[in-house]
Amino acid sequence: MSTHDRGSTRENDVLDVAQPAPVPPPRRWVGRRVPVALLIPAALGLAFLVLPMAGLLIRAPWSTLPQRLAAPGVLTALRLSLLTATVATIVCVVLGVPLAWVLARVDFPGRRVVRALVTVPLVLPPVVGGVALLLVFGRRGLVGRWLDETFGITLPFTTTGVVIAEAFVAMPFLVIAVEGALRGADERYEEAAATLGAGRWTTFRRVTLPLVAPGVAAGAVLCWARALGEFGATITFAGNFPGRTQTMPLAVYLALEKDLDSAIVLSLILLAVSVTILASLRDRWINTP
Amino acid sequence: MDQHAVTPVLDARVVVDRGGFRLDVGLRIGAGEVVALLGPNGAGKTTAVRALAGLIALTDGHIAIGGRRFDDPRTVTFVPPDQRPIGVVFQDYFLFPHLTALDNVAFGPRCHGASRPAAHETAARWLARAGMADLARRKPRQLSGGQAQRVALARALAVDPALLLLDEPLAALDARTRLDTRAQLHRHLTDHEGATLIVTHDPLDALVLADRLVIIEDGRVVQEGDAATITARPRTDYVARLVGLNLYRGRGTGHTVTLADGFVITAADTTDGDAFVAFSPAAVALHLDLPSGSPRNTWPATVAGVQRHGDNLRVQLSGPIGAAADITPAAAAQLRLEPGQLVWAAVKATETRAYPA
Amino acid sequence: MRRGWARTALAALAAVTALVGVSGCGTDGSPQTTASSAGVTGAVTVFAASSLTDSFTQIGKDFEVANPGTHVTFNFAGSSALAQQINQGAPADVFASASPATMKQVTDAGNGDGDSMTFVKNQLVIAVPKGNPDRVVGLADLAKPGVKVALCAEQVPCGAAAKKALDAAGVALTPVTLEQDVRAALSKVKLGEVDAALVYRSDARSAAADVEGVEFPESAQAINDYLVIVLKEAPNKAAAQAFVAYVLSQRGRSVLTQAGFQAP
Repeated sequence: MSTHDRGSTRENDVLDVAQPAPVPPPRRWVGRRVPVALLIPAALGLAFLVLPMAGLLIRAPWSTLPQRLAAPGVLTALRLSLLTATVATIVCVVLGVPLAWVLARVDFPGRRVVRALVTVPLVLPPVVGGVALLLVFGRRGLVGRWLDETFGITLPFTTTGVVIAEAFVAMPFLVIAVEGALRGADERYEEAAATLGAGRWTTFRRVTLPLVAPGVAAGAVLCWARALGEFGATITFAGNFPGRTQTMPLAVYLALEKDLDSAIVLSLILLAVSVTILASLRDRWINTP
Repeated sequence: MDQHAVTPVLDARVVVDRGGFRLDVGLRIGAGEVVALLGPNGAGKTTAVRALAGLIALTDGHIAIGGRRFDDPRTVTFVPPDQRPIGVVFQDYFLFPHLTALDNVAFGPRCHGASRPAAHETAARWLARAGMADLARRKPRQLSGGQAQRVALARALAVDPALLLLDEPLAALDARTRLDTRAQLHRHLTDHEGATLIVTHDPLDALVLADRLVIIEDGRVVQEGDAATITARPRTDYVARLVGLNLYRGRGTGHTVTLADGFVITAADTTDGDAFVAFSPAAVALHLDLPSGSPRNTWPATVAGVQRHGDNLRVQLSGPIGAAADITPAAAAQLRLEPGQLVWAAVKATETRAYPA
Repeated sequence: MRRGWARTALAALAAVTALVGVSGCGTDGSPQTTASSAGVTGAVTVFAASSLTDSFTQIGKDFEVANPGTHVTFNFAGSSALAQQINQGAPADVFASASPATMKQVTDAGNGDGDSMTFVKNQLVIAVPKGNPDRVVGLADLAKPGVKVALCAEQVPCGAAAKKALDAAGVALTPVTLEQDVRAALSKVKLGEVDAALVYRSDARSAAADVEGVEFPESAQAINDYLVIVLKEAPNKAAAQAFVAYVLSQRGRSVLTQAGFQAP
């Protein structure tokens, strides 16, 4: 994929006449052309990822499924999970895209260190992340103490706390994806915009962002998926309370305490919802056309 | 066009140091004037355009447009591109792929504060002028090369720039499209009231589009003037090749010019001191035997190569001087020309031109 | 999910490595019932409720000293999580649970060897920050507005006991969080995130530096029996039985009582 070709159209040079809007060629199955050396590891990789899910499906208590689905708290946990993951993704996009822009476009001293710091939530065990969040935003935390004393706001054990925990673990995905997209974008479009009179903010808004929109979307999808599945930081920082902080992963873990079958059912619900949402995202939106 | 009487729109001395390469050119362009910046690859043409546009900063010198200084290292003045009264057409156009042709052209006016409807109206007008009215809603990837070029030009002109910069505007087009587009471009540039600088490596572009040519090589201006002067009196090999002449430099005394290795050329004009002497390939006659008669300049040469040149053949000669000779295919057949063949070359003095260096 | 499984994996890996390392030695056929038997060696993997963390770690060390050549590894987690893991085939020698219900999960699945034995009891106390800044004296104080309380989730033995006690006291309490094991609830008090938590006396004592335990009468209504059993699939049955015997012996008892548990 070449963003370079957006502006010049050499391939249409031969006939300089008004072209009708081109129809994309129909997709052809190119299975014959995939080398075996790639196909086998790919199949193994796919099996590795898919078999555990197949295990869940096979082991599910299909006979008692209907009454388990109707059990109280299931819908609440699901709704809470979807809500917090979405809000967390919005937070990540609002804060993460500008951060990615600064990392990609501004050459400041210590840039490499900052970039490494951004990836810290990726390597930190989520529970440790939760503890770290408590130390900062908890009731006696560095910032939390001030929030509590000045505004009476406490973040742990609230739905907002869930959003914070999920955003903390998921933001690196978004920042890294968007930074990569920005680095791959041709800066000469931004130069063209500048010569037309666009200041840096206008250029960002009207040229850069639209150009990297697919990259941002892809990052946001990753971010959302990660936030949805987050457990350790959520339970440590936000605790567990049905309706307020009990997301699906927490509900699954606690169901596991009681009986395996409930846990499997809850996991399948979460899987089904996420796969449906992710699969319905049009390929076109998250890949550069 | 008397640009000396009024302050030129562009008054610049562009000095840029880039890792071992130093660009140092002076440019003055008046209102309505079109100047072509011509030179071989690596001469620094694109660097000059980028410096004028504000995409790179000067190391020394100054850039003034309309009397106002936009880049002056000595006074630490630098105005970024978005605040300069310029319009740029890039070699690869860089039309915004996510915007329609109309939105592309309207982009500039909107950045300059026009409301959306006003900007669209301006854009529509410019597109109509370029004959692109019915393609206004197309995206750049749905446009042909020539159409994209016209949109790019309309986009640059829509902001009514005091200085219009064109970087190899026709390079991305095939020969046929280039012909039509060049004509269109000429019309637009004639109408444009500001100053225009075209960067090109194609002498035909320069000759058709520009009022004045500035030739640069290795970061320096080697010749400047209108097309007629340069064509008649080239001052470097590059320019000579550009205009298709055989060019030599030597010491002139009266009607003769003596070259460095002692070869003497008899010319129609008189010169004194350091001089150029030039003659067209068409003026070179080839003979198998030593010719007798009027040609003052005769020398034995070896055929180094033969190429087609339009309807004729261009023969590259090596010998006491290297030269190119144009002969008809019929003549070539008679001479049985092949590389290594020994021939006699003859040029009449009246067909040479000598002028001071 | 991650805490339990990670430790299971680690324990399993340790058990397998130890087995491979000392294969052939350490398991002789005759069951050992005395507290220290010269012939017992090898690795012993003990799954124990998290409230037994400090006491069992000490007992483990003492056992290793009394039986040189043995090596005890622990997996501490919520009793129900441990029961699940055992029923799913996690390799363990001994299981010590914080309630009869969770032990029943294991024995009902047929994974126990012989009968389980009650070895201690545990009672609930209210854990508050050192100095009792909110002047908590009983369960009723926990229901006061503005007081943040952490409880264990009902699925965990400590949570079930807390519910029983609260019902007995007739106190309607809305906690801010339902933790998945008692140590997590305790840590919330230690961190100052909640004002009180219902934990075991042994847990409050283990954090005596930061936390103090407030007794309340209704705790007698919800005493948890702790049971221990050797597992049927124990890789090192002889050592497992020796360990259980050690826990039940006087030395083991004294460690537990000191930690705040009660004799059965």
